[in-house]
Amino acid sequence: MNGFALLLVRDLRLALRRPADAAVAVAFFVVGACLFPFGIGSESQLLARIAPGVLWAVALLASLLPLERLFLAEAEDGALDRLALSPHGLMSLVLAKACAQWLVVGLPLLIASPLVALLLNMDVNGYGALLAALLLGTPTLVLIGTVAAALSTGARRGGVLLALLALPLDLPVLIFGAAAVQAALVGDPIGAYLQVLAGLLLGALVLTPIAGAAALKLALE
Amino acid sequence: MQFLANPARFLRIANALLPWLALITIGLFASGLYYAFLASPPDYQQGDSVRIMYIHVPAAWMALMSYASLAVFALMLLVWKHPLADVLARSAAPIGAGFTLIALVTGSLWGRPTWGTWWAWGDARLTSVLVLFFFYLGHMALTHAFDDATRGARAAAVLALVGVVNLPVVKFSVDWWSTLHQPASISRIGGSAIDPSMLTPLLLMAGAFLGYFLCLLILRARAELARRKLRVLQLLAAERG
Repeated sequence: MNGFALLLVRDLRLALRRPADAAVAVAFFVVGACLFPFGIGSESQLLARIAPGVLWAVALLASLLPLERLFLAEAEDGALDRLALSPHGLMSLVLAKACAQWLVVGLPLLIASPLVALLLNMDVNGYGALLAALLLGTPTLVLIGTVAAALSTGARRGGVLLALLALPLDLPVLIFGAAAVQAALVGDPIGAYLQVLAGLLLGALVLTPIAGAAALKLALE
Repeated sequence: MQFLANPARFLRIANALLPWLALITIGLFASGLYYAFLASPPDYQQGDSVRIMYIHVPAAWMALMSYASLAVFALMLLVWKHPLADVLARSAAPIGAGFTLIALVTGSLWGRPTWGTWWAWGDARLTSVLVLFFFYLGHMALTHAFDDATRGARAAAVLALVGVVNLPVVKFSVDWWSTLHQPASISRIGGSAIDPSMLTPLLLMAGAFLGYFLCLLILRARAELARRKLRVLQLLAAERG
């Protein structure tokens, strides 16, 4: 088995031993989205109109939530030094961490999203677009969040800092993800939005391991 | 660049340069402001509110320029471990953030009478400049987030390089998405579209802003170097008891 697969399996096994960590993110997603009906009022038409944006914004925040401790345990117990010296290199570590993180947090968010859409009274013909857009968009969010987590490893107030670093970079995903759902709701074709999201994902797949590995190398010095 | 690696040598050159730079900046500001507020005609559509442009456009240019210089300092720090790059990046980021804020606020003040709105979320230029401002904030937060100052500087340098993806978006946003903000009218194929009577104050103000940036950068870098020297002296004094 190559290094990437080994690291991925290890991270997944660790996550399965503590399922509460992933559950917290999903719970935040559902509860956070429910704040809007309480704040705005139960006017169902207004809720249906803002549903795509609310869903995407809350999903973005929920995906950032569990990232704070992503590299912290490894950095503290010295495993990160060993991984940096191993032949697999830091780039495969970053990629494996991101993949595991998406499987543990991103996928449950995706599965929970129809429920939240239902709570926000979103029209049925937007569900397909929502799932497709989240499927293409959440991996990018996780990849960008991984770089931010690597940068803020060892910082004071790491969690808040992480959000401040990742949010500006996440904006394109939010814009095109929400736009895809909006387009589907009014019956426009969504192909172009999904292509942009796929392009962002491919770009992030290439660039974030480089930036993440560079950031981790700094944490080791 | 190797020549300036010695902070004492850098300080000597910077101190010699500073008075001249300050004089030129004051001169450019005086003439630029005179042209901008007194000697240039009001716009036939915008009236006197066009004069906001003489602050807004140079500030926006400097916001981009400061970020580009921040990225260069970041590269110098990460690639060559240049001892001054950290000092310069630390000094440049708040200045750039200030320019970005000035561009955002003056743009908003100008937009109210001209477009009828303070802010338009649908406009790509406005939102991408706001993102630029967030990058400055993130850079400053990351610089100061670690107990070990070098670690903060390096992490912030990585962030500065990542944020470079936003620069072309800001520059070309008006061409890619033609929404509210008008496209470039000065540096474009086929020559400038601005009347010389308005171009003169604009270029004078741009020169003044650039000089102001350099003066502030030298002052802040000087203060940062002094702060470090003070810290070392304090540590030595504490060691001696």
